[in-house]
Amino acid sequence: MTDRSLALTHEAYATQDVTVFGFWLYLMSDCLIFASLFATYAVLHTNTFGGPDARSLFSLPYVLAETLILLTSSFTAGLGILAARRDRARETIAWFAVTLLLSLSFLGLEIHEFAGLVAAGNGPSRSGFLSAYFTLVGTHGLHVALGSLWMLVLLVQVAFRGLSDTNVRRLTLLALFWHFLDIIWVLIFTIVYLFPFI
Amino acid sequence: MFGRLTIAAVEQGPIVLGAQIFIVIGTLAVLGALTYFRKWSWLWNEWLTSLDAKKIGVMYIVVALVMLVRGGIDAIMMRLQQALAAGGGGYLPPQHFQQVFTGHGVIMIFFVAMPLMLGLINVVLPLQIGARDVAFPFLNSLSFWLFVSGAALMMLSLVVGEFSTAGWLAYPPLSELRYSPGVGVDYYIWAVQIAGIGSLLSGINFITTIFKKRCPGMTLMRMPIFVWTVLGSMLLVVFAFPVLTATLGMLTLDRYLGMHFFTAGGGGNMMMYVNLIWTWGHPEVYVLVLPAFGVFSEVVAVFSQKRLFGYPSMVLATMAITVFSFIVWLHHFFTMGAGADVNAFFGIMTMIIAIPTGVKIFNWIFTMYRGRILFTTPMLWFLGFVALFTIGGMAGVLMAVPPADFELHNSLFLVAHFHTMIVSGVLFGDFAAITYWMPKIFGFRLDEKWGARAFWGWTVGFMVAFIPLYVLGLMGATRRLDHYPAGLGWQPLFIMAGIGVCIIVLGFVSQLMQIFVSIRDRARTTADAADPWNGRTLEWSVPSPAPFYNFAKTPKISSRDAYWEAKRTGESLAPGAYEDIVLPKNTPMGIYLAGTAFFFGFAVIWHIWWLAALAALAFLVFLVMRSLMEDTEYVIPAARVAALDAAHSA
Repeated sequence: MTDRSLALTHEAYATQDVTVFGFWLYLMSDCLIFASLFATYAVLHTNTFGGPDARSLFSLPYVLAETLILLTSSFTAGLGILAARRDRARETIAWFAVTLLLSLSFLGLEIHEFAGLVAAGNGPSRSGFLSAYFTLVGTHGLHVALGSLWMLVLLVQVAFRGLSDTNVRRLTLLALFWHFLDIIWVLIFTIVYLFPFI
Repeated sequence: MFGRLTIAAVEQGPIVLGAQIFIVIGTLAVLGALTYFRKWSWLWNEWLTSLDAKKIGVMYIVVALVMLVRGGIDAIMMRLQQALAAGGGGYLPPQHFQQVFTGHGVIMIFFVAMPLMLGLINVVLPLQIGARDVAFPFLNSLSFWLFVSGAALMMLSLVVGEFSTAGWLAYPPLSELRYSPGVGVDYYIWAVQIAGIGSLLSGINFITTIFKKRCPGMTLMRMPIFVWTVLGSMLLVVFAFPVLTATLGMLTLDRYLGMHFFTAGGGGNMMMYVNLIWTWGHPEVYVLVLPAFGVFSEVVAVFSQKRLFGYPSMVLATMAITVFSFIVWLHHFFTMGAGADVNAFFGIMTMIIAIPTGVKIFNWIFTMYRGRILFTTPMLWFLGFVALFTIGGMAGVLMAVPPADFELHNSLFLVAHFHTMIVSGVLFGDFAAITYWMPKIFGFRLDEKWGARAFWGWTVGFMVAFIPLYVLGLMGATRRLDHYPAGLGWQPLFIMAGIGVCIIVLGFVSQLMQIFVSIRDRARTTADAADPWNGRTLEWSVPSPAPFYNFAKTPKISSRDAYWEAKRTGESLAPGAYEDIVLPKNTPMGIYLAGTAFFFGFAVIWHIWWLAALAALAFLVFLVMRSLMEDTEYVIPAARVAALDAAHSA
């Protein structure tokens, strides 16, 4: 069992170092997008314009299921990275495939929730509160969807080209992205879904 | 099939028709010339697909100067309208006048000031830190082309359809669908959004470059001040532009999906838009002006022929401005009615942020003190900047007092204030920088005589144009008036402002002459182009024009002003043997990706949904294709580097 990080050439290590730093900066900027949306939600969450409020719309057990699925996917992504560092391509693919599956089920649950709200006449154009809600949660969902697409492309690349330096670097970035989305979700869970009930 | 796009979209009356014909003929002339002189493959291979930061920088500056002409024509149209429009009249209908002032602001900030800065940073920053390139060369190309897509949408709005009439920040509810049902605000949204995302990516790129690509020995406190100011500016980009992205995104959702973020009804909150947009907008001012401060710091030290006074305080002031600029945004709307306590806090913060700026002014003046000052063109721009910027800054501190601001809010006094700051701070900084670094980019100097004429044209013209606006503002004239009652006695001052703009045009024409004369006589100024000013920083240690690999051998430095030090001690900056150089290969992928962004923007503006879907899909496909490319770099062997370097020294 060799630790891949020790096996990297000097150039590959330098590239990884620079790219990861740049990616952190991107994550911080993305964090500011979410910060803007959270601030908006904080301002608008009482502006129900005669429509339903958060308490009457959300179901905590349903959201808890979403939360657990997403947190588990973050864990499996972590296991995938550990496998990649140990140069085990098949194990890496397996763990990321599980992650992808969990991510898709999270998206399925979220789309189902959104569709239910829209069908009941509580779509994003119903009130300022619902505009802010759909946009904040939907932006997170969009990130998860694009992350899933990224994961799919990377899985194909790993399957055909193995764990090259480039692929390991990209998996590292993807995992960072995934953990970041997890943290955002924890905030959404707390602020959007939990606060109305406490 | 074509959404809202019909033939009526291009029929806009005689004045717009003139502009349309001008743009179409201009575009065809450029394309025709390229074909006639068989320059397409040269342009494509040497420039458009290049990942060399210096070339990307030059392209930024060229596009910015074209946009400067467009924004300048808008300015002349406004001055002419206001000079004529006492007691009604004028030559522009209100709807058109509103498009002109909106377009002027958007163009000057997003498509002139930003790209001029980003262009300069691209050209100079890697050279100043002893790097061969930026951290992410491909991302850099993508940033540039996204900016070009935004600029293209902006120009297209003149030919097809209309532009926004809601002012440069598109305040709701005016910018909402109900009050602006046309395509104008949509053009605004997508042009700014696409260019803004490009800027955000540039910010990430340059911060990474500064932190990870400095040559050995260049500790943070040995970086040239320009690099420090770029760091501050780019930190602001990374932390402020996402707010712009989110805010414009919410306005988009309001307009396209009937949401209620900023609407007057439905539970929206339009003042939230004003807060959000200025959370981005105020740092944006410093995004633009900080690198200009850096330019002036380089210029004043070199042309006073001594080291910069107070380097550590300069660094501290830069970083203080970076932090403080995030907590002053509310001074743009004291009249919102946030209450006395809130207004007092932001008023005091605004006065505090003037302190580090004052520190910088004093440092520059002390640098000149007992220096042997050479009055070259960059130095003239610097001196003009110090005088005008101090006047404008005093006006700003005056408006930082909330009760005074209630009188001055949205008046021409405010317009005069921020033009003084941005023209003298940002534009003069860019002009100084272009004159200063021109030899490094093209290998010849710009003509001094025409440079001085341009400086006087701009400075005198600026004062004649804007001092009347300060006065008019105090007399009660608000901004964006397309006419005013004749009895107010404003017309003579507006005519004077119009004369001022004509003098500025003379300054601009002098700059065109300066470029023409300098190219014609370049043989006289090429000899000492490598280090024409007796420079202090690393970029002057390489030949001019700077070779595509920047440094044949990576320099190792042990002090601030490393090149100055090396010239003094006679030691080599880069001892040792030549090594292989790895550089990125050219790629057109940035053009393709940004091209799909352009088509996406156009399709969404006109509600052509099939084209929008197609463009989005194409974007993803190009992105995946780029990620599959493995052969993206090439190597110049050490022997070849040695040969190239010898050829340069010969």
